[in-house]
Amino acid sequence: MKALSIRNLRKTYKGGFEALKGIALDVEEGDFFALLGPNGAGKSTAIGIICSLVNKTSGSIKVFDADLNKDRELVKSYIGLVPQEINFNQFETVEDILLNQAGYYGISRKKAKHRTEICLKQMQLWDRRNTVSRRLSGGMKRRLMIARALVHSPRLLILDEPTAGVDIEIRRSMWEQMREVNAQGTTIILTTHYLEEAENLCRNIAIIDHGNIVENSKMSSLLARLNVDYFVLDLAESIAMVPEIPGFSLELEEDRLLNVAVPKDQSLNQLFQELSKNNIQVLSMKNKSNRLEQLFMDLVTQNQTTHVHS
Amino acid sequence: MKYSIAFRTIVFKEIRRFTRIWPQTLLPPAITTSLYFLIFGTLIGERIGDIKGASYMTYIVPGVILMSVISHSYANVVSSFYSTKFQKHIEEILVAPVPNWVILAGYVCGGVARGLLVGMVVTSISLLFTEIPVNNIWIALAVVLLTSTLFALAGFINAVFADSFDAISIIPNFVLTPLSYLGGVFYSVSMLPEIWQKISLGNPILYMINAFRYGLIGITDVDIQFAFAITGGFILLLIIFNLYLLHKGVGIKN
Repeated sequence: MKALSIRNLRKTYKGGFEALKGIALDVEEGDFFALLGPNGAGKSTAIGIICSLVNKTSGSIKVFDADLNKDRELVKSYIGLVPQEINFNQFETVEDILLNQAGYYGISRKKAKHRTEICLKQMQLWDRRNTVSRRLSGGMKRRLMIARALVHSPRLLILDEPTAGVDIEIRRSMWEQMREVNAQGTTIILTTHYLEEAENLCRNIAIIDHGNIVENSKMSSLLARLNVDYFVLDLAESIAMVPEIPGFSLELEEDRLLNVAVPKDQSLNQLFQELSKNNIQVLSMKNKSNRLEQLFMDLVTQNQTTHVHS
Repeated sequence: MKYSIAFRTIVFKEIRRFTRIWPQTLLPPAITTSLYFLIFGTLIGERIGDIKGASYMTYIVPGVILMSVISHSYANVVSSFYSTKFQKHIEEILVAPVPNWVILAGYVCGGVARGLLVGMVVTSISLLFTEIPVNNIWIALAVVLLTSTLFALAGFINAVFADSFDAISIIPNFVLTPLSYLGGVFYSVSMLPEIWQKISLGNPILYMINAFRYGLIGITDVDIQFAFAITGGFILLLIIFNLYLLHKGVGIKN
């Protein structure tokens, strides 16, 4: 069954700005799905429409076969949303925020207390349940929003940049929590600007740009398309001139940092042999950028070029 | 009922909110009305004498109570719903399967709860200054409940359209307060020149204050049935308008 099915979704804001230009998208039940795109691409508009926060101009949306136009309340009951911006009442306690949210979903007080305990423990916030939410740290606030979105046991969890602004340690622990939620059977749609996050967590991916879906495929097949790896080499000594090595593209980034583009069909051994011949000693090497980041940039740049020319 | 839990959640959240900040919500009307009774009722009132057979103090009590109910029912909804919009936690309700009429009913009941509680506080204070001979308790209760509902609904409209904290104080300061003062709280419209009597009849608050005064002390300048019809008519109109605004997402959906 499809967790989400979107057809010909359009949104034109007052003033004529066309945020979505008839997108179609399918997300399978149980998937961990990445919805990526640059700022202003239309991701948040699409999420806003799915979650009934934004009125659509036209198109259809089905969540677990329930039509948003006909069964809006059923669709809402299936979805849990973690929005981009902190949007809970800063004067309420952590526990009250979850109890209220459960109440809006029609969950009885007794069951709501039970679900609140489970969700807060899962997000490691149980010992903070009586804390007024504005006193939480940034990472805790983000986890609170995930706990709140889970309190009614949604079948589809939408995470709109859930780790924005949190440090890498907390981000990684949040990844584990999100994996756990997905493993329990909840379908997850993730938008993020940390492409490493999408590559680590998601099995399928769509890239949206200028209101269009420019890519929609399996993460593995998308990454397989990347035919060049980019490395940064840390050199023992500075070099006066960048050597020319056939099959490789080299560029000096700083005094002792050399950028190298290595096509998939080229051997790294050959690169190092050629560098040795030129008396260049390499102390260490690392990937220049995240693999998905490179693909993302290629796709978005390509789409922007098309957009300008059309 | 299917939505009773969601409805109760909104109402109790509202009640918790205004009781948590009682120095801002419940204490000021107690102090203000004490001063009204002391200055207008006791000091000035003794020199004015009786109005339509009631002492001036007794005459102004219903108006002062209802004026507090009106301003606090309105203020509760406008400030709470606007803050909910401003802090964006309105999204908590919008993403949940809560129909618009439940959202409206929840906030309006929260406003009515505060209006009635303030009404009880002011009534208790007035009993320190004078006796209130209850003429018809059911009329008095019906009027206070309907008036409170009407102004809670009006507060909701203000909150929906408001885009700044300034915008939620304009109507209370420049419309509600003048209309309340000119609605016969401190005087009988029969004391006014004829032209001002006719102009006063265009003020809906005049009907509510007089109907409430009739319920409490049996004195009125207007027809009670007409007063109920006006209040009921406005309530119906504002319910329809509010539901239309929520349906369209005015002020709350991009």
